[in-house]
Amino acid sequence: MTSTSTNIDYDETQLALFGMREEDDRSKFRKAISGIRNFATGYPLGMVGAVVMVLLVAMAIIPQLFTPLAVQKASSIIGIHISDRFETPNIHFWFGTNALGRDMYGRLIYGARTAIMIGFGAVILAKLLSTVIGTVSAFFGGWVDVVLQRIVEMVQSIPTLVFLILFVVMLEPRLPDIGPLSSDMLVILLVVAVHSGFTSSRTVRGVAISLRQETYVEAAQALGASDSRIMVRHIVPNLIAYVIVSASLFVGAAVLLESSLSFLGYGVQPPAPSWGRELNEAREELARYPHLAFFPGLFIFATVWSFNMFGDALRDRLDPRLRGST
Amino acid sequence: MQRYIIRRIVLMVPTILGVTFLVFAMMRLMPGDFTDFLGGDFGALDAETKALIQAEFGLDQNWATQYIRWLGDLLRGDFGVSVYSGRPISGDLLQRLPITLELGIFAMAINLIIGIPIGIISAVRQFTWYDYTGRAGAIALLAVPNFWIALLAISLAGKYALWAVPSPIYPHLLEEPIANLKFMAFPALLTGAAGAGYQMRFGRTAMLEVMRQDYIRTAWSKGLQERTVILKHGLRNALIPIVTVIGLFLPALIGGTVVIETIYSIPGMGRYFIHALNGRDLFIVQALAVIFTLVVIVSNFLVDIAYSILNPRIRYS
Repeated sequence: MTSTSTNIDYDETQLALFGMREEDDRSKFRKAISGIRNFATGYPLGMVGAVVMVLLVAMAIIPQLFTPLAVQKASSIIGIHISDRFETPNIHFWFGTNALGRDMYGRLIYGARTAIMIGFGAVILAKLLSTVIGTVSAFFGGWVDVVLQRIVEMVQSIPTLVFLILFVVMLEPRLPDIGPLSSDMLVILLVVAVHSGFTSSRTVRGVAISLRQETYVEAAQALGASDSRIMVRHIVPNLIAYVIVSASLFVGAAVLLESSLSFLGYGVQPPAPSWGRELNEAREELARYPHLAFFPGLFIFATVWSFNMFGDALRDRLDPRLRGST
Repeated sequence: MQRYIIRRIVLMVPTILGVTFLVFAMMRLMPGDFTDFLGGDFGALDAETKALIQAEFGLDQNWATQYIRWLGDLLRGDFGVSVYSGRPISGDLLQRLPITLELGIFAMAINLIIGIPIGIISAVRQFTWYDYTGRAGAIALLAVPNFWIALLAISLAGKYALWAVPSPIYPHLLEEPIANLKFMAFPALLTGAAGAGYQMRFGRTAMLEVMRQDYIRTAWSKGLQERTVILKHGLRNALIPIVTVIGLFLPALIGGTVVIETIYSIPGMGRYFIHALNGRDLFIVQALAVIFTLVVIVSNFLVDIAYSILNPRIRYS
């Protein structure tokens, strides 16, 4: 345990998850295995979600593992192969090909990277932001709180997609590419993160306000601890369980928002593969080639579903008080 | 109560002002403006002509003047004109608002009709197959991209179910009511379904919370029928928190109408928004963003008031 005082009773799995206890590697490993086994028996659907999640992350990191055929390789899924256009699913093109003769299976596998990068990136940023805003707003109160809450309210009252679309259109041409994140992906990541960071800071603020009343905060104040010390050492660590749970539930939502934006044409730009974008392109030839719409949507659905299932189980496991809430 | 209402109304003002300024600034910071689209097939207009056209709409003045003038117009109910047609926006709004309203109200109804009963059954039969199926269904609904289902439905409908084919022309509600309802049914179902997942989960939690209360135990021990306990003692109390979340669905619901209106070619506000934004028809985008926001803010306010009326234990101070 760190020196932080806490009012939450952490059990073994949590300690293992947060890496808070130092033990030799072998018993750590054994504990992790038994932790996973317990999770799988207690939450079978959560485990299914976790397995799909691991597969998706693997797809995002090493897509080559999933693409044995030449037509599925990174170079051929962004090239133009006119003679192969509009193939229905067959042994060469497992999910068929689109209007430019690009293999759909390969594009969807590579699309996992886009979805996972934006999903995880947005969630990490959003949760950092909401923790900072929520804690600051709760701790300082007064004018800081009033002003921050007005901004939160502004963001909350603009319909989600309207907010996202406006910001994406405004920012899109101005940001640089960073590594594998092209500028359009970066914009979606940032905009989704800022939107969710503000809207979800409300709940963080609520939790932080109740934590502020705890006696250990009072004790720290009596000992002369500075505001920033109390926030960083006493309030934020106690928020972590809540933040992790809400983060795991938000990845799915972020993936869904990215695909909605891409579907409307404001998201990831061609030729980069994105599931939402594939659905958008499938609209053109919907009547003749419905399979072009079927598979991308299936990928989005499976991703969001498994993240939600895993997040749900994780919440029940880590924080039973939140069980069943949305 | 009165003081609470006044306080809430006063706090709405900075929020609304903030949104108007945000949207105003964004439309001016966006790359490109409508004059870039006016050149047609033969290249862009020259800078002089562009400036002349911009001046016609007062866009040559500084931001402060433009913003204050726009706000003044808004307060007088004047939303400005479309920079392309020159027609006042309010006329278009009158045509389009009822359509989106219809879609939104149907979607909300579907959300409640699917969401609340399943949530209640899930709670009352906790840890049975009803519960597991309901919860898995709720999570599935949250995960299904509704634009995907819309596309699949359209492509399959072409072959099997002709009623789900989007008609190319929107039939007006008052002129052809039956055709209109047929046209709107499926889009409304899709718009409402995603929120129904949240509604189920929330309804379940609210009901579970209520069923644990002492007065429910009393009702059981009095020997009341299950029906009476659940509907009269349980549901009535669970409805209070359920009402409060209706307001929370609105931002997502309005966003949902944008997507569904685009797919089904419904001439409502969402489609208008996308169309105007792509052409940088700035006064329309500004007007729509403000109207959307007002709808959300005012309905959240009404929900809060309704909450305190429904629940006499809550007294805002």
